[in-house]
Amino acid sequence: MTSGRFSRFWATQPLWSKAILVAALFAVLAIVVPSGPVARIMTPQSDWPNVLSEDIGVYTLMAIGLNVVVGQAGMLDLGYVAFYAVGGYSFGILATRDHLDFWLILPIGIVAAAIAGLVLGAPTLRLRGDYLAIVTLGFGLIISQTATNLKFDGGAQGISALPHPPSIDHIKALTYGVIDYKPYWYLVLLGIFVAVWVVRRLERSRVGRAWIAIREDEDVAELMGVPTYRFRLWAFAIGAAVGGAGGVYFAAQANHIDPTLFSYQVSILVVAAVVLGGSGNLFGVILGAFMVAWLPERFRGFDEYRVLVFGIALVVMMIFRPEGVLPSRRRRSEMTEASGQGLSAALVPPDLEADA
Amino acid sequence: MNLHGFVTEFWPSTVDGLVLGSIYALFALGYTMVYGVLKLINFAHSEVFMVGTMAMLGVLNLLDIHRLPGGVELMGALLLCALAAMVASGATALMLELIAYRPLRRRGSSRLAALISAIGMSFALQQIFALFVVGKPGHPRTDPVPFPTLMGHAVMFRLGVAQVTSDDVLVVVTALAMMVALDRLVSTTKLGRGIRAVAQDPETATLMGVNLDRVIMYTFLIGGVMAGVAATLFGVHYAYTQATVGQLPGIKAFTAAVLGGIGNLRGALLGGLTIGLLEFYGSSIFGTQWENPVVFAVLVVVLLFRPTGILGESLTRARV
Repeated sequence: MTSGRFSRFWATQPLWSKAILVAALFAVLAIVVPSGPVARIMTPQSDWPNVLSEDIGVYTLMAIGLNVVVGQAGMLDLGYVAFYAVGGYSFGILATRDHLDFWLILPIGIVAAAIAGLVLGAPTLRLRGDYLAIVTLGFGLIISQTATNLKFDGGAQGISALPHPPSIDHIKALTYGVIDYKPYWYLVLLGIFVAVWVVRRLERSRVGRAWIAIREDEDVAELMGVPTYRFRLWAFAIGAAVGGAGGVYFAAQANHIDPTLFSYQVSILVVAAVVLGGSGNLFGVILGAFMVAWLPERFRGFDEYRVLVFGIALVVMMIFRPEGVLPSRRRRSEMTEASGQGLSAALVPPDLEADA
Repeated sequence: MNLHGFVTEFWPSTVDGLVLGSIYALFALGYTMVYGVLKLINFAHSEVFMVGTMAMLGVLNLLDIHRLPGGVELMGALLLCALAAMVASGATALMLELIAYRPLRRRGSSRLAALISAIGMSFALQQIFALFVVGKPGHPRTDPVPFPTLMGHAVMFRLGVAQVTSDDVLVVVTALAMMVALDRLVSTTKLGRGIRAVAQDPETATLMGVNLDRVIMYTFLIGGVMAGVAATLFGVHYAYTQATVGQLPGIKAFTAAVLGGIGNLRGALLGGLTIGLLEFYGSSIFGTQWENPVVFAVLVVVLLFRPTGILGESLTRARV
């Protein structure tokens, strides 16, 4: 696997070399990707920097966050949009009512989303697997309805005339307006880099190893002395925090937010991004987010068929490559050898395994 | 908070809640049986229901009913609708198993993969119906398509201040009859024994000579047929369909299954009725816009105190 070779290469590099490589990658993504020739190939029908900064950027951030919950800790969260909404509304309310600026609201929104994660996670994470899925699905469903019903957040109309992040005059790359979306792309790219760095650090730490242990077998992890409930809660809160950051950013680059933007379809799409790309592998989920956000924009000509094609693509992917496009090697072995789930092992008689 | 509203609306809410709850209960059977046997959230079951309502729409269009049918005519129309819906839903459920689940099981994929594939099927089916059945390519249609009304809302008797109409009675009685029939099927027949055996321990069941694939196919078929009946009752009572008609009721029905104890047939009935009642009581107290938040808040609270639902998981004893 290329990812394995890359990891080994990466691990042997000295710090300065890593810094140069990261800076080079950032420069390529920031300068080459949103440029004209690329735009003509990627989205001939819509504004490419806008698609990049809004759809692709936001979905990538959220997929990185959800990957902590689904890919690392192995919990299925179908209500991830809730944390995105907490971030978005934090910005909406604090920016219009208290006139705080983006850089101040960003940490507030992240903390608010993490707290929401703890509050929602504390009761539900005692439940296992599928119950967690349905409770989070329910929560994701009612969040937009609750936002519609409440008065303080603008109800169904939402919040309009949202300010943009503060611009630094004379520097084009830091002037956040409504015509040029490139500055937002630089901003969200920075966010993605930071998120990747934080999540990778966590993955390689004691916390990350605890998550893997929980994912593989919760009972064994508990017996080995891993406080599973606490680490699951951590994963949930960290995932939520990243989702909150995505929400704050999304609201800051949009002019308007309302409850329809936080429907439960968003949760489903982010889960699809994580699983399509390769649950557990950071580069995989980023690729997945890119596909989920970009494909519908690219094929706008076939507007009405895009959800149909997306649905069929999900089924086909799961049949032929259930571990995702760029699978995590560790995850892949779990997904194909059917370990742990006595059921699926029993459902594959040995003689069928050969021809499958 | 409007407790006065709750008191004045109590009897009408109870009747409406029981009617909707019976439909949820039938709908929930598909979730609970598949979960019991495969430990899998059959996310696309909402589309099985949707296809049933579409089949009913098709039959009603063919029959071309302009006035309220009476007596024999009504019976015939109802039976035809039910038959069409049961066949269509059953076939859809089987197709789901064959296309979206079986190939994955063969590869020994995780349950997460199966869930994603179910989500994909659900999207695709909704779109197919919006684009090619109720709408046309170029004019997808997702808004409600009204049905001709089959049963006028003739009042049969009164319950408190509520008027109970003939279609209310039809829905509740049919749903209960189907549930009893299924309960008998699962607890007394050979097929039922097979289903329970697989739910308990698929490995041992295979060793005992149970044909796994057959049992799983029957499980999907039964769940689909029940969803077809639920779809017919829904059509008779609410008289509309749309490409996304199954979405919200589907999530409610699954919630009902979880609330009652997933994998447990009686739990599905109890959960369905509870959710139906909660919805109407909740909206009479807090207003209709809070109906869904109330339902899910209660679900969370119940699961906290009884993590396996009110009646517990009975088809499945192996896993909590």
